[in-house]
Amino acid sequence: MSDAALHVLLIDDNSVRASIIEEGLREAGHERVTIITDMRQLLRQIVEADPDVIFIDLENPNRDVLEQMFQVSRSVHRPVVMFVDQSDKASTEAAIDAGVSAYVVNGMRKERVKPILDMAISRFNAFHRLREELDRTRQALDDRKVIDKAKGILMKSRGITEEEAYALLRKTAMNESRRVADVARGLITAAKLLG
Amino acid sequence: MPKRTDAAHLTLGFIPLVDCAPLVVAREKGFAAAEGLSLTLVRETSWANIRDRVMLAHFDAAQMLGPMPIASTLGIGHVEVPMIAPFSLGLGGNAITLSTQVFAEMQEAARAVLAAGPAEMGRALESAVARRRSKGEAPLTLAVVHPFSGHNYELRYWLAASGIDPDKDVRLIVLPPSFMVDAVREKQIDGFCAGEPWNSLAVEAGAGIIAVTKSALWRQGPEKVLGFRADYAERWPERLAALLRALYRAADWAGQSENRSELSAILAAPDYLAVDAATIARAIGGRLVKLGGGQAEAVPDFLVFHAHAANFPWQSHSLWFYSQMVRWGQIDYSPALADRARQVYRPDLFRSALAGIGVDLPRASAKVEGALKTATPVASRNGTMMLGPDGFFDGRLFDPDAIEAYLRSFGVQI
Repeated sequence: MSDAALHVLLIDDNSVRASIIEEGLREAGHERVTIITDMRQLLRQIVEADPDVIFIDLENPNRDVLEQMFQVSRSVHRPVVMFVDQSDKASTEAAIDAGVSAYVVNGMRKERVKPILDMAISRFNAFHRLREELDRTRQALDDRKVIDKAKGILMKSRGITEEEAYALLRKTAMNESRRVADVARGLITAAKLLG
Repeated sequence: MPKRTDAAHLTLGFIPLVDCAPLVVAREKGFAAAEGLSLTLVRETSWANIRDRVMLAHFDAAQMLGPMPIASTLGIGHVEVPMIAPFSLGLGGNAITLSTQVFAEMQEAARAVLAAGPAEMGRALESAVARRRSKGEAPLTLAVVHPFSGHNYELRYWLAASGIDPDKDVRLIVLPPSFMVDAVREKQIDGFCAGEPWNSLAVEAGAGIIAVTKSALWRQGPEKVLGFRADYAERWPERLAALLRALYRAADWAGQSENRSELSAILAAPDYLAVDAATIARAIGGRLVKLGGGQAEAVPDFLVFHAHAANFPWQSHSLWFYSQMVRWGQIDYSPALADRARQVYRPDLFRSALAGIGVDLPRASAKVEGALKTATPVASRNGTMMLGPDGFFDGRLFDPDAIEAYLRSFGVQI
């Protein structure tokens, strides 16, 4: 059986992330990928999928449901072990840092699964980077709104131009080693308090 | 003033359950700061994450299910990582909720009433289970939060004592507590055993009734602990001791009835439980509404944060958990394994951390569980202290020096 024939199961209620990982696996030639996004009757769904490798994201409380498979392995057809064990602490670290946990059906040789795990880890990381970028973009938009508002307050109360108002905010921020947006937020709060 | 240790930053994991209170209080009420500790509390979504992140030293320590550090040390269910539990976060706090449908069946089959004790409720459930079987209906599905949990063992204990084989007569599954209420409502499960606030939330949702509390099954029975990697005690003895002192004082504060409303408000915050403070207050005060639309009733010792030496890590507790692992086929029995399980709970570390700050400590490290029918004075460092009552509902005793006989009395082959 070639690696391509391994059946990979992704358990992730974030369907965007799941498709990013699925895409990566398919690009690498792993055609047999199943995704579970509905967590109801999870164990039954796993039994029906009968996978060789299971990935689950760490934000998913259903990890504890998978723990049960260590116990009642009879019900999932073949015993399951956690892939990353103490003999491979680096993989465990990398997986947990990326926010994913992997389980492998017993008897599967680790070297066959390692490339799949590495792929999942890198895709998880890519997804997190994407999300952080989005957060940063959102934050930058928020910051701009806040700074505009603070500039308006300064222009009105001090009778200065927009450039002067921004220069004043930036100078204060530099003097206090703070971000301009934080100074602007402080100013807005103070202006609210002072009515 | 106790001697301050070097200022240390500790990261602790917790699950949003009422019994994470000592950790939260240690941080929010300054007990950690007084010991020179700054705490970061990380809310986790699964017990598996908690265990893995303690294992990987992402966390210095974490709130854990009592049996979890034992399972990890013995290498069952997961990889073998020796862990220790030098502090108990409290006693009790769980309950068994059954769907309103199952309760109706129990009323029809055996005229069950909620005011009855666990023995009567168990008999009524057994009648309902038998009736389902005779009608050819599907067996009941009941959920617990983890295979290595007090919840799993106390539910099994109650079922078995009521004549219901937990492995044959019902289906036991694992489900995250946050899914329990919906799962009962959608009839995916017929009941569950979990900590608060989940039982009360099921009642509030009209989905279930609180059939039995843990305190009624085993008064002052063990529950969550603070779990560390075993090597932590050697590497950071001062930090560990300082944290235990902070938690001891935090648990004391949390256990005072005059602090209940403040504690409920603290725990209700979005970063902690994110649940209505009034629901939390009922669990903390041991006043539960067991049936939708009913009155809150007082449940003695429902959740004990500090009284009766609640924070002491009794080795009879770790041994009882081990006995249940054996009873339910999770591990084999051997005196060597029993000894390793016993030593996961660390009263020695508890004592050395708290020596010299004027708190009273039990002299013994283990006790016969279930022996105290009423509150009883026992030998302590300062003379005597009050323990108990700690009875099991079926009147059995657990003698930590006679595990084999205990297991045989349940028909377990060892």
